[in-house]
Amino acid sequence: MAADTPLTAEQIEHDLDVCLELEFTFLNIGGISQLLSVQSREEQEFLLGWTRRIATTNIQIAYQFLRRAPDLLKRMDRRVMETWALHAMDTYDRVGLHAAMQIIRDVNQFMQHKHAHAAAAVFDDVRGILLNFVHGLSGRALKLEQGDAAYTDSETLYLPAVIAQLPDANDNFSLSKAMVAMLWAQTRYGTFQVDISQALHAYPDEHHALQLFHSLETLRLEACIQRELPGLFRDMQGLKSALGQTNTPVWSSYAEQLANPESTAGDCLRLLEKAYHGPLPDPTCYQGELRPEAIAACMTARVEREKALFRIKLAQLASDASRIPDEANASPRPFEIREALASLASLPSLELVLDDIPVTPPDDVRQLMTSIQLDLGNIPDEYLVPAGPGEYDAMLIEEKTIDPNEVWQGTYHEEGAFFYPEWDFGRQHYRKNWCVMREREVTPVYDEFVTQTKQKHAGLLKLLRKTFEALRDENRMLKRQAQGDEIDIDALVESLADASDGREMSDRLFIRAHRNERNIAVMFMVDMSGSTRGWINDAERESLVLLCETLETLGDRYAIYGFSGTTRKRCELYRIKQMDEPYNDTVRARISGIRPQDYTRMGFAIRHLSKLLHGVEARTKLLITLSDGRPDDYNDNYRGRYGIEDTRQALIEAKRLGIHPFCITIDQEAREYLPHMYGAVNYTVIDEVPKLPLKVAGIYRRLTM
Amino acid sequence: MTKPNAVAIEITSTMNSQSVAPEEYFVEEEPYYESSGDEIAVFEAAYRNKLPVLLKGPTGCGKTRFMEFMAWRLKRPLITVSCHDDLTASDLVGRFLVKGGETVWVDGPLARSVRSGAICYLDEIVEARKDTMVVIHPLADDRRVLPMEKLGALLEADDDFCLAISYNPGYQSVLKDLKQSTRQRFVALNFEYPHAELERRIVANESGVAAPIAENLIKFAHMTRNLKGSGLEEGASTRLLVHAGKLIASGIAPVTACRSAIAQAITDDDDMLKAIQELSSSLF
Ligand SMILES: Nc1ncnc2c1ncn2[C@@H]1O[C@H](COP(=O)(O)OP(=O)(O)OP(=O)(O)O)[C@@H](O)[C@H]1O
Ligand SMILES: [Mg+2]
Repeated sequence: MAADTPLTAEQIEHDLDVCLELEFTFLNIGGISQLLSVQSREEQEFLLGWTRRIATTNIQIAYQFLRRAPDLLKRMDRRVMETWALHAMDTYDRVGLHAAMQIIRDVNQFMQHKHAHAAAAVFDDVRGILLNFVHGLSGRALKLEQGDAAYTDSETLYLPAVIAQLPDANDNFSLSKAMVAMLWAQTRYGTFQVDISQALHAYPDEHHALQLFHSLETLRLEACIQRELPGLFRDMQGLKSALGQTNTPVWSSYAEQLANPESTAGDCLRLLEKAYHGPLPDPTCYQGELRPEAIAACMTARVEREKALFRIKLAQLASDASRIPDEANASPRPFEIREALASLASLPSLELVLDDIPVTPPDDVRQLMTSIQLDLGNIPDEYLVPAGPGEYDAMLIEEKTIDPNEVWQGTYHEEGAFFYPEWDFGRQHYRKNWCVMREREVTPVYDEFVTQTKQKHAGLLKLLRKTFEALRDENRMLKRQAQGDEIDIDALVESLADASDGREMSDRLFIRAHRNERNIAVMFMVDMSGSTRGWINDAERESLVLLCETLETLGDRYAIYGFSGTTRKRCELYRIKQMDEPYNDTVRARISGIRPQDYTRMGFAIRHLSKLLHGVEARTKLLITLSDGRPDDYNDNYRGRYGIEDTRQALIEAKRLGIHPFCITIDQEAREYLPHMYGAVNYTVIDEVPKLPLKVAGIYRRLTM
Repeated sequence: MTKPNAVAIEITSTMNSQSVAPEEYFVEEEPYYESSGDEIAVFEAAYRNKLPVLLKGPTGCGKTRFMEFMAWRLKRPLITVSCHDDLTASDLVGRFLVKGGETVWVDGPLARSVRSGAICYLDEIVEARKDTMVVIHPLADDRRVLPMEKLGALLEADDDFCLAISYNPGYQSVLKDLKQSTRQRFVALNFEYPHAELERRIVANESGVAAPIAENLIKFAHMTRNLKGSGLEEGASTRLLVHAGKLIASGIAPVTACRSAIAQAITDDDDMLKAIQELSSSLF
């Protein structure tokens, strides 16, 4: 059968029988397969492919997708359809089946304005650019996430998954940019400096009042943007005229009043009294929504937190500034704020002054000042009194360093954790924020383990030192060079002789040190799963001791982390030695204290350690995994193909960051799957763990020669 | 074939020898330099007291210009060496060369400055190999001598000699950090991008663009500097603004000039380039 002959209804049914598990689910696919059979082969493949992919996540979602999809194919761009399907799966991952089914059912809402054509701006595609864009604009460091509409809570800007109001791709991108800019402008030009909810209580129809207020604010912010970012303003005008949006005469006059640079959100509230009795204009295309509850919740917490934090920081600055030690204990004098002289920055730049002397605040304090200024318009006097000792509960303020042990216990919550995606090979896409990861400490055990290991392997250690020293001394001298630091006497003598014999004299008369200055950072990722219990664990610890002892002679930077976990919600990395931590007694005690824990989920560990390694400046970066076996996790599908594919994907990501991954394993069956994950040359299977440091030396040589 | 059994090595005088030439000159005309604090007075005082100077600051913020200005003011020649990771102590101090069967010693730029009482400016000192520090340390404390290991001699510095080095603390990296034992020998001057008003004046002056354009260029620079740490290693320097200004002054559209002279120069990342592009087109 030719590859482009459409599948028959029977063939389709057979296919669906498998992926929708009809034997158990009894889903009715009769009509669907009929409908599908009249479509082109290419369309069939597209729809069946996605149905299969969704089915690996949830069969019901896949079925609902398939019921709607053939019809949608005519009026929906494929890219948008894919986004829709992925969005449903993400939602399933995050909040469950009910919400995901809602998304599949409300496909029209998802498409927004039914223009979901090829020109759409898809959130995942534009996020990177727009996030950089807002960070470039002044103000608080905002976050950007996908949401059900364009709105902000004053810290995170939300954009819908798809923006497709306009027929042209560039215009849709401009529209998404304009939305982001308007939301940024709300945080930047003081929309939240008035208590919106409270102000609206005065009106019988609060909802109507809110929408009017939002439209008035939009006028005011447009004027701000026109002043500060005229190029962007021109773009925004272009969008409005492309969509045929104009102001009515009454609203044009409002716009004029609000164009005054001194106008505030308060002026909008005053104008609202007039506007309330008139009709509501169509919202501007980039206006988005205004959600006072979301804002209030976020702001209340922030204002309180930042006040405390700022006063604590001032206390630190004050004690840094006082040179006389006694003075530090005296009751703190308040700081002053002065407006710095002539600045082009649109936000008045403030100077912090103590005892008439300007204090240069560090970056974090400067950012705090900006954030406070944005919330309150200025920095109130009571903020300028340094916090007294014990005035604030440190727990309330400090970057949350919660003891992971406590977090895992009792009601589970995800505060202070890192989130990592995981590759779902069935879906051929990532599961977002799938793994909840924490760094933990290995409990150090101060005992004789390291000393004993060194004694036990004294011979091997000597050999290893030699091997590694040889690596180090690869800074050898090159003779007979055209340039160099020393004269090569042998060469000189020879060439003088040549010259006196009438032959041409060589100019390669120098010795040059071939300085291959070492510039390596190595990350060791050590399997701490339960299966290492027993001799493997001992052997791992011994070889880590040998490794550290020898790596110290090279002077290279290296770090050691152990990994383990139970399910995606509890992924753990154990710090044994951080990159620039010296190899000291604590590190030795941690090595001794390595104990087998739970399971072998690997993707998150590779992703997190790659990220750490990426932040290190080195010419060569190595990620070496020591493991006893294949990826595996408790009671979910990380076992088997899924885990292998996710690990492989994480390794591909690492390589993209310029990291060289290697795996050293003692799983004799590893040859089945390691080449697939690491590539044929990047793994090695050993039968005796003390050989491990020798292998590491080999890897080093290969990479640094 | 007979081989001579001894080779005569002769050390000739240094002044007329040629080596890889660093930029060496007396600065004849007053360089345009906008001072943003008391750096001129501090440098002068350090010079009078024979103290070496460390200029800290990001790339393109006016350190080289400042050195040129000080050289002019103090009427000393300025020898600048840009350090790189192949630069060795011999490159600074000097080495033997073989010429027509004779071995000739040639002073490196540092030795020449030390002898002739020039200002020697070692740009981006942390980039150089670690062995260079060995020769810098004795020069940078009150011994003021340059060890010339190959000659087995110690060269005493001329009274007018001055050592200045520069260092960019922004590239925080453990490998390339300046050691305490080095930095604690120097009087340190901290350079930052000039404040907005001053930077606008510099850009207008150096490139010839009108004040409003210069002002927009500064705003754009601040946007890129906001991005430092969240995707950009470094924001646009004063130097890049001057470049963009010059393009604009020759008739290139501002958005294009910002792209070519600034955006492409500070990043290769696609999303970042596009974002920066959007930022500049927002302004103009
Ligand atoms: N204070 C200043 N006065 C006059 N011009 C300045 C000043 N600061 C910067 N510039 C302009 O910026 C350009 C770059 O400055 P300069 O070359 O001195 O930077 P730098 O700090 O030496 O950079 P690098 O660390 O990359 O060598 C100068 O050519 C000049 O046009
Ligand atoms: Mg310079």
